[in-house]
Amino acid sequence: MESFLENNGMYRGIYCYFAGNEGNGLWCKGLDGILPLGWEWLGYFIAGFTIMLILVNGALLGAAIFVWGERRILARIHKRRGPNRWGPFGLLQPIADLLKLLIKEDLVPTVADRLVFTLVPVVMLMSLLLSLAVIPFAYNTYLADLNVAILYFVAVGSLSTIAIFMAGWSSGNKYAMFGAMRSVAMLISYEVPLVMSLVGVVLIAGSMSMVDVVEAQHVPFILVQPLGALIFLLGISAELNRTPFDIMEAESEIIAGYHTEYSGIKFALIQAAEMAGVLAASAVIATLFLGGWSGPVFSSQLGAVWFLLKLTFVAFVFVWIRGTFPRLRIDQIMAFAWKFLLPLAFINLMSTAIEVYFFGFYNAPANELGVITGDELWVMAAINSGIAVVAITLFGRATRDKMRPNPVKLHKLEPAGTVLGVN
Amino acid sequence: MAFKTEPMTINIGPQHPSTHGVFRLRVTFDGEVIVDVEPIFGYLHRGSEKLAEERNYVQILTLTDRLDYTASMTNNQAYCLAVEKLLGVSVPERGKYLRVMTAELQRVASHLIAVGFFLQDLGALATPLMYAFRVRESILDLFEMLCGARITVSYMRPGGVFAEPPEDFWPALRRFMEEAPGLIEELENLIMENEIVVVRTKGTGILGIESAIANSVSGPVLRGSGFAWDWRKADPYDIYDQVDFDVPVGNNGDNYDRFQVRIEEIKQSLKIVSQCIRQIPDGLIRAELPLVLRPPAWQESYGRVESPKGELGFYLVSDGSVAPYRCKIRSPSLINLHVLKELLVGWKLADMIVTLGSIDINLGEVDR
Repeated sequence: MESFLENNGMYRGIYCYFAGNEGNGLWCKGLDGILPLGWEWLGYFIAGFTIMLILVNGALLGAAIFVWGERRILARIHKRRGPNRWGPFGLLQPIADLLKLLIKEDLVPTVADRLVFTLVPVVMLMSLLLSLAVIPFAYNTYLADLNVAILYFVAVGSLSTIAIFMAGWSSGNKYAMFGAMRSVAMLISYEVPLVMSLVGVVLIAGSMSMVDVVEAQHVPFILVQPLGALIFLLGISAELNRTPFDIMEAESEIIAGYHTEYSGIKFALIQAAEMAGVLAASAVIATLFLGGWSGPVFSSQLGAVWFLLKLTFVAFVFVWIRGTFPRLRIDQIMAFAWKFLLPLAFINLMSTAIEVYFFGFYNAPANELGVITGDELWVMAAINSGIAVVAITLFGRATRDKMRPNPVKLHKLEPAGTVLGVN
Repeated sequence: MAFKTEPMTINIGPQHPSTHGVFRLRVTFDGEVIVDVEPIFGYLHRGSEKLAEERNYVQILTLTDRLDYTASMTNNQAYCLAVEKLLGVSVPERGKYLRVMTAELQRVASHLIAVGFFLQDLGALATPLMYAFRVRESILDLFEMLCGARITVSYMRPGGVFAEPPEDFWPALRRFMEEAPGLIEELENLIMENEIVVVRTKGTGILGIESAIANSVSGPVLRGSGFAWDWRKADPYDIYDQVDFDVPVGNNGDNYDRFQVRIEEIKQSLKIVSQCIRQIPDGLIRAELPLVLRPPAWQESYGRVESPKGELGFYLVSDGSVAPYRCKIRSPSLINLHVLKELLVGWKLADMIVTLGSIDINLGEVDR
């Protein structure tokens, strides 16, 4: 337990402030705690709860800012202005929305399964907040450094599928049911390429801990794993039901999908979970593929700044995609997962495995088994970029050629009295 | 225990984001696949035809505005043609040019709505819609200059048009004509070749040419099926025989072709407008007619135009009084809806919305 927390700078700082040297002389270099002797155990709790408080509120505040940002950016894409009335640049708009939702009547349909219906926002938000636990926000700053962090993220991430299905099932609404069935079918499919795309990262880093992955990135893994990053971006878009994969809440088709019947604070929580889900996904992409908190300069001091910059960039990409693309049909989405993403994920996994064996084991000195240096990462980046371009071109052409449009014909017709025939 | 499945019946509408008004579809689904469709309409029925019997010939004009409220100009035009036939008057040349010009601008505006909402139905989050509305807004501004109204224009009158355009109209129109092609091209570049749009619309909602003719479908839906038929060419009214334009037709009759035909028609309409600006003569804009129109008793007439949605016709019977004895409206949206079931059965829910969008119905016109 103690060694598990020892490296965590955030935890250690708070613990030492309260418990001081008496708890553990090795950690708190000569500090006197404010807690009386014998109460050091309370330091653990205070530190843990403080961090959780920061994280939960940070995530929800982040979601609020993201809602504002998304609306502003989408407005720019639409050539509109977006929310700009309440607060500077309309920054308080999400707060106003939230207040509005809070005072709305919280309706539960008479045919709904009340317990399950009420649990949905909780399960959704919980799965999201759990996934934030393993993300290193800066140097030595995280809630937990699990040795299976990537697996953990995927596992708690798919809890939201259960929440969506609960919503659809318990609402007693056919549109909600439609959305739920779609989401289950789709998320199960997308889980496969999503996990496969992460295996490449795990192979190179030699660890499933997010902290280790960040430290292994001498070169950002988006260069080393271009295919993996692409597949992960698409897969996580599907998980978060963002366009072009937002069929489970396709507004023009099934109203609001699984959350059709939700109103008031439950709706607000579901929306918050969705928005914070985008942030969590952006954080994971920033961590796994963009180098996390490490930046070109002052990595250990300004880690949080670098991390936030990268996170913002990825979140912007999500908004950008949303403002640009139409939605796919359910069968096309499934075909895309199984016929396009999955083969690409396998190609990526195979090539990465071979490269890791070659650089890490076959060619390596005995004392460096499994260690891949920065130079070797550059070589892998070059090889994998080539593989990515070739694979995407080949697979893309195979699926695309049949569907190109024919141009419309222009007819020169003569006025009145012309014999019209079938053209 | 063996699993059993059963079809699910869902009401799409009357309150639904993408039924384009208060349209209702009772759809039976087998999973995602449509087994049966029953369109139900009448939620916007205002009895325009009956109301017309109670009003005089000029007052009816305001009723026609509210039929297809996205294309008031062409509604006005069809009605005015019918009244003029009944009265046997001819419109001055300048009046005809103004009518054609405004009608073509209206066609651009209506097609932009059709294209924008079609893409909105595809799930493109309002971006193409906003691009389309940008152009439409400037057209509505032009209409506002002409007659003070943006949607329910009532600009045309039996015998011509309401008023001479104000002085600043012509520079504004020229400015619009300079900007519009670029903006439409921007919209086209944004979305036409988009891979997702292509895979969603290509090959879905295919309407065969025989079926289209058998169901008396008209407008871009008919032309999308490959049949080059346009009343502006087949029976040129006003001055359509003096302008040069082409009739775009599709190849396969699918959603993509209908979409593409509309985009092409926008370009052709702009071409007509620019010819009108060049050719428009000076002179009267409106024939001399009495204040209260009294056509001779028991005459009948049928005025039709190629409205943005298809063939729009007004059948009028006079009884010698100031109001028509009967006013029958042949609304293209209603008749184009006849093919809906054929287009939808066997396709998926997502295709249904898109196909409905590509037919481009307007509930004001369907229910009248």
